[in-house]
Amino acid sequence: MNDWNVEPLGEDALLVRFGDRIDIAVNRQVHRVAAAIEARRPTWLLDLVPAYATLALFVDRAAFPAGVDPLREAERWLRQGFGEGFGLNDADDVAPGRLVEIPVRYGGDDGPDLEAVALHAGLSIREVVARHVAAEYRVAMLGFAAGFPYLLGMDRTLSMPRLETPRVRVAAGSVGIGGAQTGIYPRQGPGGWRIIGRTAVGLFDPVRTPPTLLAPGDRVRLIATDDMPAP
Amino acid sequence: MSVRVLAPGLLTTLQDGGRTGFRHLGVGTAGALDAYSHAVANLLVGNAPATPVLEITLGGPRLHFDRAARIALCGADIDAHADAGADTQSLPGWRRIDIPSGCDVTLGACRRGARAYLAVAGGFAAPRILDSGSTDLRAAFGGVRGRAIATGDVLPIARSSIPARGTIGIAPWWIDPAPDLDFGTTIVVRALPGRDALLRDGALCAGAWRIDAASNRQGLRLQGEALALADPRERISEPVAPGTIQLPADGQPIVLLADAQTHGGYARIGHVIAADRPRLAQLRAGDGLRFEPCTPETARRLANEQQQRLARIAMAIAARK
Repeated sequence: MNDWNVEPLGEDALLVRFGDRIDIAVNRQVHRVAAAIEARRPTWLLDLVPAYATLALFVDRAAFPAGVDPLREAERWLRQGFGEGFGLNDADDVAPGRLVEIPVRYGGDDGPDLEAVALHAGLSIREVVARHVAAEYRVAMLGFAAGFPYLLGMDRTLSMPRLETPRVRVAAGSVGIGGAQTGIYPRQGPGGWRIIGRTAVGLFDPVRTPPTLLAPGDRVRLIATDDMPAP
Repeated sequence: MSVRVLAPGLLTTLQDGGRTGFRHLGVGTAGALDAYSHAVANLLVGNAPATPVLEITLGGPRLHFDRAARIALCGADIDAHADAGADTQSLPGWRRIDIPSGCDVTLGACRRGARAYLAVAGGFAAPRILDSGSTDLRAAFGGVRGRAIATGDVLPIARSSIPARGTIGIAPWWIDPAPDLDFGTTIVVRALPGRDALLRDGALCAGAWRIDAASNRQGLRLQGEALALADPRERISEPVAPGTIQLPADGQPIVLLADAQTHGGYARIGHVIAADRPRLAQLRAGDGLRFEPCTPETARRLANEQQQRLARIAMAIAARK
């Protein structure tokens, strides 16, 4: 897959673009390229930020002499080091990501929207849970909040638009559905996704190394459980 | 030595140069919104430019210093005075100020601008979490337990060797923040093009914008004649940065600031250049804002010139010792 180009994100970052849709194959390419860049990370690279179909390289402008365009240098580095195909073939599946299992208690107070999702999908509650835990998810990116994983790979029948009016308070660990995606709120706060369950596993702890449970590109399996410590 | 908080002010947080290296985990920059004033305040008291300071929003705190200290106030023009018992003085900004032990410093309202920076020699000792002492209000960590300072907090000072003194001393010289800051009622910032074109080319820079009251450290919400995109399709979330100008469906732009989230799904119609971001930090609800187009070459030159001015200020201050 050789389809990528670059564009500036202001003066701070170079954005490498692989597409403009949410697509698991495109997102996998983002993570493979991120891993390849990470493996020979230049000192001027401050942040390497994957998203669904783009990858941002935040550059340290102060690391370049005056008169040199840091973003042009970053682009040159990319093209020289990786060529047009980043040295990857479609058949390669480097960096498949770790597999992380997360126990989730579905329904009840932990999942106030589970019934609405079942009604919307025309499925029983049991079937919604079965389909939600059946998938192997991919962490497309962490964003919205520190440690919040956007998970790709949900059974499409479970898709449901976000709430018209977001909740003021969503409990920490809440598992939600937003459109065709699913995700987990690391901490209590406002949120518009349909909440179907909750996990007691901590997704973000700034004094832990690493601070997030999940990394971009990781694979995730959700395990239905009734056994969970109180919030 | 330490500083005790007698009253916290509206939103006073510990901030340093901000956090890098964790955007891929959804952790934003945080840090002083007005990096220029933050740096000058630190230089005035002999600190490295990125040392933690108190960022004061609109209305300031009341603080008790248990030892003699050297302090400086930069950024917004703020009502301030020091009370050392027998000696009481009002405190001007952009100067080196020495206060005796047991002194109360009261910061009032910002007269012009929105954010003032209080630096103390030695620096506030913020715990370094994810490589920075800055308060991340959204993720609730850093600074003082991830929140604004509160009455009763004791803020330790990292190290200080200011000799004891009986009175308040204010240096007769000061730093002029022009041209880096502008406290006019309508300010102008320069912007690089964004990815997404507007229906009417140049409409962003033609518009007269007002700062909405819903603005905060995440972003400035602007009010004006609604803008329309050339391509109004829904977009997927992509990385964003402080300075990014987003356009939601209502056509009223949002300029992202240091606490912005790391990814956004709104159209990106421009990016305020780094050299002009300190000005954004000083805008308050109701103020006017205009954009001027800029090129990457000009943005780079302006950023370099600002760094050169800071280097000259550092040398001039060092020569006063």
